[in-house]
Amino acid sequence: MSNAPVDHGRRRFLTIATSVVGGVGAVGVAVPFIASWNPSERAKQAGAAVTADISKLEPGQLIRVEWRGKPVWIVKRTTETLQQLELTEKDLRDPGSEVGQQPAYAQNRHRSIKPDIFIAVGICTHLGCSPTYLPNDFSAQVEGIRAGFFCPCHGSKFDMAGRVFQGVPAPTNLVVPPHMFIDDNTIVVGEDEGAV
Amino acid sequence: MFKNLMSWIEYRLPFMDKMNLHVMQYPAPKNFNFWYFFGSLAMLVLVNQIVTGIWLTMNYEPSAEGAFASVEYIMRDVDYGWLLRYMHSTGASAFFVVVYLHMLRGMMYGSYQKPRELLWIFGMLIFLVLMAEAFMGYLLPWGQMSFWGAQVIIGIFGTIPFIGEDLTLWIRGDYVISGATLNRFFALHVIALPLVLVILVFLHIMALHEVGSNNPDGIDIKKDNDGNVEQTEADKKFTFHQYFTRGGKKVIVDAIPFHPYYTVKDLVGVAGFLLIFAWVIFFLPEGGGYFLEPPNFEPANPLKTPDHIAPVWYFTPFYAILRAIPHPFMGAVAMFAAIVALALLPWLDRGRVRSVRYRSGLHKVNLINFCVSFVALGVLGVLPAEGVYTLMAQIFSFTYFGFFVLLFFYSKNENTKPLPVRVT
Repeated sequence: MSNAPVDHGRRRFLTIATSVVGGVGAVGVAVPFIASWNPSERAKQAGAAVTADISKLEPGQLIRVEWRGKPVWIVKRTTETLQQLELTEKDLRDPGSEVGQQPAYAQNRHRSIKPDIFIAVGICTHLGCSPTYLPNDFSAQVEGIRAGFFCPCHGSKFDMAGRVFQGVPAPTNLVVPPHMFIDDNTIVVGEDEGAV
Repeated sequence: MFKNLMSWIEYRLPFMDKMNLHVMQYPAPKNFNFWYFFGSLAMLVLVNQIVTGIWLTMNYEPSAEGAFASVEYIMRDVDYGWLLRYMHSTGASAFFVVVYLHMLRGMMYGSYQKPRELLWIFGMLIFLVLMAEAFMGYLLPWGQMSFWGAQVIIGIFGTIPFIGEDLTLWIRGDYVISGATLNRFFALHVIALPLVLVILVFLHIMALHEVGSNNPDGIDIKKDNDGNVEQTEADKKFTFHQYFTRGGKKVIVDAIPFHPYYTVKDLVGVAGFLLIFAWVIFFLPEGGGYFLEPPNFEPANPLKTPDHIAPVWYFTPFYAILRAIPHPFMGAVAMFAAIVALALLPWLDRGRVRSVRYRSGLHKVNLINFCVSFVALGVLGVLPAEGVYTLMAQIFSFTYFGFFVLLFFYSKNENTKPLPVRVT
């Protein structure tokens, strides 16, 4: 061992340099651990778009398809239902769908491409439960309105365009997923080829 | 021969010295009452959870396809599997019972006050990890309530502005709660969090033994050795580890060695606890639908939400606060704040008298207010959030936080009673 006096400046520099290099290494090592929690390629594949045949859908009927593990509703609304969409608007939180819960092509009163066919993710925007479709008994929740969606978890209410009522826990309208019509009877949910 | 072996070991690893320091010659105040059972009981339940948990993993299958069936297999086909599983599931509820009572004890006797702040913080960290552990464990049976309960709790992270959506995707590892989520929760539940829990418990006890146990009178049993401290005959009877007298700077009064006095006393607590615990395991293992909720006997179904989603009872006070606030993110913030407020107690309480015995009537009323609010929120958390229940949850959330606000203001100049010199 040499008896040279301690060079404090040099020792300090080496300590800091070692810490910095080691710190960078630690951050680098953390990347694979954190990134491994992202959805795997298989999960991404399973999240691909789904196709639904609506040729047998009756007015007033709701069918569910599964997209990314979530229930997606496809409802054929009756004429009466479409007329009643206007009546609820004064009691809605966001009647004009200003919040971006839907693709631009569904930002209208009926929140859909075709007025009668309504497509939405059937998950309450509050905490993720699936609301119940009440085709005839919704007037118990909102007077004078025949059909709507009622969330059994925390009592949120939505009209037949998935628009949320005031005074319930859910903050926003139901999500309308990207979707498109291949022909009159076939819908693809989860993809819209960049349509706007 | 044996003695030589012992001293050979002792020279290389002072095992007996550490045992004396923490057990045989650890000075504990002589006036502990039954409230002091719950710390050792919490350790007992932790051991129960670890041992039964290890045995459950021997037959449990952590996959979305196999989890539910493997739990039923444990319940029906594995010898005594039902008992191991009920010991574990009931043990989770028992853990929270004893931990909540343990925390209440600390609040009653001011055990969080200086110099025990760090001890209290470690305790709160244990509580947080315990909640994460319990939440992840509840997903593993892959029943309806496992799935939808997790949906709601993970949804809380989704309320965070900007990053919420991506964060929940990262937590789930899928667009929905799936086998990927189940597997990572399993890994965290059986390895990562128990390890953290055991380390935190170790630190909690080390921090306790450094500052010493508080007692129902909230006064110090280690007096400054200024020549005026009179030791009674009883005080002179025991030898305590020299570490605690700080080389003669401190005089220890009204203390008894942890072993055998409190090991034996805690055994009585253990017997009483096991009596109740065994009764629940054998006669009420589902806790009337509160320990294991009815929908959880149905396999998880992402397309069907149960009519009413309520978390397990031990989360309901905080869940009620979450729901009481109409704005989801602010609700989540309030829920988190309810736990942070507890952690900040050592600084919110500006009083210097620890025990409720010698504090003002206002403090007693306020403490009762806290207990009533907490229990009321717990009840409201299992009820559906509608009408008058929402209003009541809002009122009790207000009184819950009111406890801390009031405490902060009156504790500065509180009308306290004179403290005794020696424990009573």
